[in-house]
Amino acid sequence: MRKKLLALEEHFFKLLMQLSIALIVLVLSLIVFSIFYRGLPALTWEMISQTPKGGYYFGKEGGVLNAIVGSLYLALGATLLALIMGLPVAMLMNIHLRKFKRLVNSIRFLLDLLWGIPSIVYGAFGFSVMIVLGVKTSLLAGIITVALFILPIMIRAIDEVLKNVPVGLLEASMSLGSNKSQTSFMVYIRQCSSAIVTAIMISFGRAIGDAASVLFTTGYTDSIPTSLTQPTATLPLSIFFQLSSPIREVQNRAYASAAILTFIILFISVLARVLSNKYNKNKIS
Amino acid sequence: MEYKISIQNLNLSIGKNKILKDINLNIPKNQVTVILGPSGCGKTTLLKCLNRLIDLEENVNISGNIFLDGEDILHTKSDLPGIRKKMGLLSQRPYPLPMNIYDNIAYGLRINGLHNKHLICESVENHLKQVSLWDEVKDRLKEPASRLSIGQQQRLCLARGLAVEPEIILADEPTSALDPLSSTAIEKKFIELKQDYTLVMVTHILRQARRIADYVVFMYLGEIVEHGTADEFFNHPKQEQTKAYLQGTFN
Amino acid sequence: MRFLKNERFLNFFMYLFLGIIIAMPIIIIAGLFYKSESVLHANSLSDLLFSTEWKPFQGKFGFYSYIYSSVLVTMLALLISVPICLLAAIYLTQYAKSVYLKVIQPVIDILAGIPSIIFGVWGILVIVPLISKYLAPFFGIETAGYSILAGAIVLSVMIIPFILNILLEIFKSISKELPQASIALGATKWQTIKYVVLRKAFPGIISSIVFGLSRAFGETIAVLMVVGNVAQIPSNIFQPGYPLPALIANNYGEMLSIPNYDSALMFAALILLVIVLFFNLAARMLISRYETKL
Ligand SMILES: Nc1ncnc2c1ncn2[C@@H]1O[C@H](COP(=O)(O)OP(=O)(O)OP(=O)(O)O)[C@@H](O)[C@H]1O
Ligand SMILES: [Mg+2]
Repeated sequence: MRKKLLALEEHFFKLLMQLSIALIVLVLSLIVFSIFYRGLPALTWEMISQTPKGGYYFGKEGGVLNAIVGSLYLALGATLLALIMGLPVAMLMNIHLRKFKRLVNSIRFLLDLLWGIPSIVYGAFGFSVMIVLGVKTSLLAGIITVALFILPIMIRAIDEVLKNVPVGLLEASMSLGSNKSQTSFMVYIRQCSSAIVTAIMISFGRAIGDAASVLFTTGYTDSIPTSLTQPTATLPLSIFFQLSSPIREVQNRAYASAAILTFIILFISVLARVLSNKYNKNKIS
Repeated sequence: MEYKISIQNLNLSIGKNKILKDINLNIPKNQVTVILGPSGCGKTTLLKCLNRLIDLEENVNISGNIFLDGEDILHTKSDLPGIRKKMGLLSQRPYPLPMNIYDNIAYGLRINGLHNKHLICESVENHLKQVSLWDEVKDRLKEPASRLSIGQQQRLCLARGLAVEPEIILADEPTSALDPLSSTAIEKKFIELKQDYTLVMVTHILRQARRIADYVVFMYLGEIVEHGTADEFFNHPKQEQTKAYLQGTFN
Repeated sequence: MRFLKNERFLNFFMYLFLGIIIAMPIIIIAGLFYKSESVLHANSLSDLLFSTEWKPFQGKFGFYSYIYSSVLVTMLALLISVPICLLAAIYLTQYAKSVYLKVIQPVIDILAGIPSIIFGVWGILVIVPLISKYLAPFFGIETAGYSILAGAIVLSVMIIPFILNILLEIFKSISKELPQASIALGATKWQTIKYVVLRKAFPGIISSIVFGLSRAFGETIAVLMVVGNVAQIPSNIFQPGYPLPALIANNYGEMLSIPNYDSALMFAALILLVIVLFFNLAARMLISRYETKL
């Protein structure tokens, strides 16, 4: 009797489990499907190849090239900055500070904490710093804000791999007479090249998709920026603004822009997988 | 000699790898059977077939028969927990359950339907005494089991297995993670336990095998090379491979 | 790679960047606190936190309805996503063949990479109409669909991949031998999962939930798009709400024209930050307390 009840309970929960998985897969397909279903019909070559012309937001001619390029600039800049700052810190934590386990673990906790800080807080904070400094909204301000926002995930993604590198590698490299920096950037970097690629891809995806932190800091403009000090449009904000329009034509363009963004993200996902498989070869484990 | 387990024509492959080939073996009752053999020869896999933990692996193909007291235990679908309950398992490293010392032993009892607090309490005490752990832990029963030393943990795991009243004890290199003193304690226990149980133990240590084995099985590359009583095996080995292994010249 | 020989130079930057990271939370908190000082002077803390009176022109800033919306949306989202993630993670790691996980993993990763604006658009396209046309009428309620529930559903989908990925890691990291020990004692698989695996995974489960909570609590744009943005204490989940991040995002343009308004919005950001930090620290303490008990 008890056994039967237990078996029944297990069956019931197994069913729930399968349903949960089905739901997750279904929802993802539904998201991608619904965005493309609404967006693709409105997607024209003009949308991708032109910047907004006069009256664009009332349904006249133009496209969202400004936002596409702006987003790419922003994401590339922020990812690069985060990598330049993040890679040395990840190395520092795992090579130079390896002995100080507690310190390194505290840093990890701090990074996780930072990663938990909402991007809107970064945005709001960045904005008030800009007011104090008297700087206007610009691509550079956006890049710095977003870079700080993605920095924790960048470091942790690399750190996650570095911390599992056997000590033997460090010892072997040091015993060959190389110093810690050489060990970091000539030996360890090969170990984690696939992790770095993954980290870059994740960070890039975060950077290109985040709206809340750029809302305050990059501003918005219809032209493509030619210098770091100019304001910049981004795709998420472009979608958001177009969607708030009451004009149906403009709303459709918002869906088309959403399709573009989704496509970029899917492309990055696939690229990340291919690249990280490719770079996984040199690794010893 | 009376047999507890009888293995007949057991073949096992995982994916394309043949892991066990034509195993035929009778395991004598109330004796210590030691399985020897180089690493990777399939000793652990053979043990896992006995208590059907092999079912948890993927892509496994098994043929042949295993009988426990004449009863088929390899192909039956019903009451797997019942079969496993008859065989206590002691693994290479102790794996205490994530609970306190007391509950580690009470767990098996509760799982098997015992809910009387008094009886559980009594059984916990008895079995801790049986593995000579009671005096060391009686004041800290509510502490997490992971705080015990490795040797204590291994004895706790033995007590945990004994508490569900098995008939057989399967041990997979049970002393390999232990210090010499704790190892000796386990070995002594094994010799005591054979009054009431049938023991099957895998080991790498020849001297340990000489100390406690009644019956010895030597495996190589998934096959049984030779098996026999301890006296036969150690003093009059028949196969060249066995001789080489005993002399330490086996490659 | 000549420059690598000169360790001093590189070390300087390494420690500098680490210093920046360590200083960052402190600077952010201090900065937000400094900016919200004027609103803290003009209003009492209890008014700010527990009053619903929101009259920026009269200098009255009661955040209660915003905090209430934020908490409600977040809790609902967790209520939806945590059970789904737990069930899925258990199945994928304990029952399913390993190929199954290999197929699902990319799906989860893609879901994790989708930007919040896309979730917002999806919410408007699918969830909002679903609520106004089917779900609410089923309960006899009329609504435009832009509601707490819509926000919660969109949020729950957004945080599923994050929570699920952590849970998968946790369950995968439990050594196979532990459940085997339980099964060898005659426990069924289900008993083993209930009494051994889940117990072992408990600290990880808590941290995955808190991680999801942090994500959900601060999520701005996707929620803003579907939650309705009406400052009120909603009487049911089909009514609109107005979470804190949406408040900040929606009003950034006007911030400078009304006295103390910018200060109030920075205070809102501070509240967000403090709540998120509080949960993270509390979870950390709970976990370390639990781990000493294991
Ligand atoms: N799940 C599995 N999938 C594929 N091959 C496996 C699996 N488990 C075991 N094997 C293979 O089966 C063979 C026997 O393994 P087994 O663990 O039984 O060896 P063993 O004799 O216990 O070795 P050791 O003394 O090192 O513990 C090995 O070659 C191993 O690689
Ligand atoms: Mg083995």
